Amino acid sequence: MMENLTQASYLVAAALFVFSLRWMSHPKTARRGVAAGVGGMSLAVFGTLLHPEIIAFHWIAIAVVVGTAVGIPLSRVALTAVPQRTALSHAFGGLAAGLVGTAKYSLWLGEGELTAFRTGAIALEVFLGFLTFTGSLMAAGKLQEVIPTRPITYRGQNFINFGLLVIALFAAVALVIDPTLWALFPVLLALSLTFGVLLILPIGGADMPTVISLLNAYAGLAAVAMGFVLENKVLIIAGALDGSSGLILSIIMCRAMNRSFTNVLFGAFGQVQAGAKGAAEQKPVKSATAQDVADLLEMARDVVVVPGYGLAVAQAQHRAFELYEQLQKRGIRCRFAIHPVAGRMPGHMNVLLAEANVPYDALVEMDEINPDLAQVDVAIVVGANDVVNPAARHDKSSPIYGMPIIDVDKCKTVIANKRTMNPGFAGIDNELYTADNTLMLFGDAKAALGEVVKALASESGMGH
Amino acid sequence: MHPIDFWSMTFVFMLATFVGFDVIRNVSRLLHTPLMSLTNAISAIAVVGSIIIAGEQKTTFSTVLGTIAVAASVTNIVSGFLITDRMLKMFRQQSGKR
Repeated sequence: MMENLTQASYLVAAALFVFSLRWMSHPKTARRGVAAGVGGMSLAVFGTLLHPEIIAFHWIAIAVVVGTAVGIPLSRVALTAVPQRTALSHAFGGLAAGLVGTAKYSLWLGEGELTAFRTGAIALEVFLGFLTFTGSLMAAGKLQEVIPTRPITYRGQNFINFGLLVIALFAAVALVIDPTLWALFPVLLALSLTFGVLLILPIGGADMPTVISLLNAYAGLAAVAMGFVLENKVLIIAGALDGSSGLILSIIMCRAMNRSFTNVLFGAFGQVQAGAKGAAEQKPVKSATAQDVADLLEMARDVVVVPGYGLAVAQAQHRAFELYEQLQKRGIRCRFAIHPVAGRMPGHMNVLLAEANVPYDALVEMDEINPDLAQVDVAIVVGANDVVNPAARHDKSSPIYGMPIIDVDKCKTVIANKRTMNPGFAGIDNELYTADNTLMLFGDAKAALGEVVKALASESGMGH
Repeated sequence: MHPIDFWSMTFVFMLATFVGFDVIRNVSRLLHTPLMSLTNAISAIAVVGSIIIAGEQKTTFSTVLGTIAVAASVTNIVSGFLITDRMLKMFRQQSGKR
């Protein structure tokens, strides 16, 4: 009887989880999606508490209090810190899976209930769980810049990583063949923890969006493995949803950088490319003042702003919104063109701009804006570099060759904001800055945009 | 475990993965960051496994591990749902447009 009630609540919970993700298809219904998720989770927890095996609730209650006390501050971090928070929560998810797997192994070992299947599922759960745990902690550390963001590489790195993986596989197979070889279990555990660290060491800051998505997929798969261990279908379903989400996001991120998974994991991108085409021919750079830019904007009808993560670093989101408002007031169309890797995780730039009040209908994806760009009068590039570098289209020797970019060079005029003429994040020269239709607006993004807004505002006060 | 149980779980996994791919593909690209924090909270459903291990109190070892796992999962549930909602509240449409 109780079991039926539990399973029925799991069934409804699983359906609510699917609806929850479904409602994320549009910003209008998205908050309903959160409500469905909360409902599903509450039902599943309720159904679980009915289990007759649960004899004491005090440890559960204490854990809930601790989890809530940690969770609430984690939900209030600045939006620039959301990637770190996300990596941290992947770590918690991996930890939970690893610990449950370990507990189950020890219990079933004592009870003599370890079958080959159970041991195999536990080995998979523990391996994925603990590698996600340390890997995500490393990723969070790199994003928070507690750990150096540059790739850390050494000779024979891929060989060592691959070797560890093979040893872990051997340990797992031996455990499946004879589950009572318990001494191998801590070995597997240590290997997973080490593997997680070593996997993230060689990955550079520029690849973090892909890595976070990939760890998301691992965390989901660890939950699936846990579902197989506990023979719990709602866990399998929720884990599969999480895993497929992580996988899709990683594929989108990889495509946006024109790289393969293996290249991200083993390629150590983000290193300053040693002498990638020194200074070819130093073409002169044309620079403009804030007043020049304001005059140009006054005459424009269609303006596109291309923000990169530098915009968030300079905390210039609100200035960008003020610029948007000034242009709107004059009936000038203003849109923001968002490259998939503009932020530090998938969709990050959208959230940062939404926080600054930019309405979501003004945020346009790369594929949607590119066909329009030839008609655009002025493109303003703020804090972005590689994602607008035309070399990606034609220069086969460039490290970013083949990467899809926002074709701002096709606009009538390009304003590129930069602090100085130093090469950007990935250390690659950008020919956009010396193009004939480009004007450089030097200075800190926040200050420079602020001056343009001020110039625009004063003109409207006198002129019209 | 009966082989049928294994196969029925594998079927569930396969079908859920297909549903997942289909549903996620339709998620607005605007919302990929909230999507990740939402799926994060949902996959903290691992809490159901942790609750049983912490509550059945079979050995001290398993109870300690179970309790830590409950705390880790609850952290993800609470922070995941709260931050998703906080971010989604910021997405507003252009005023004037209906």
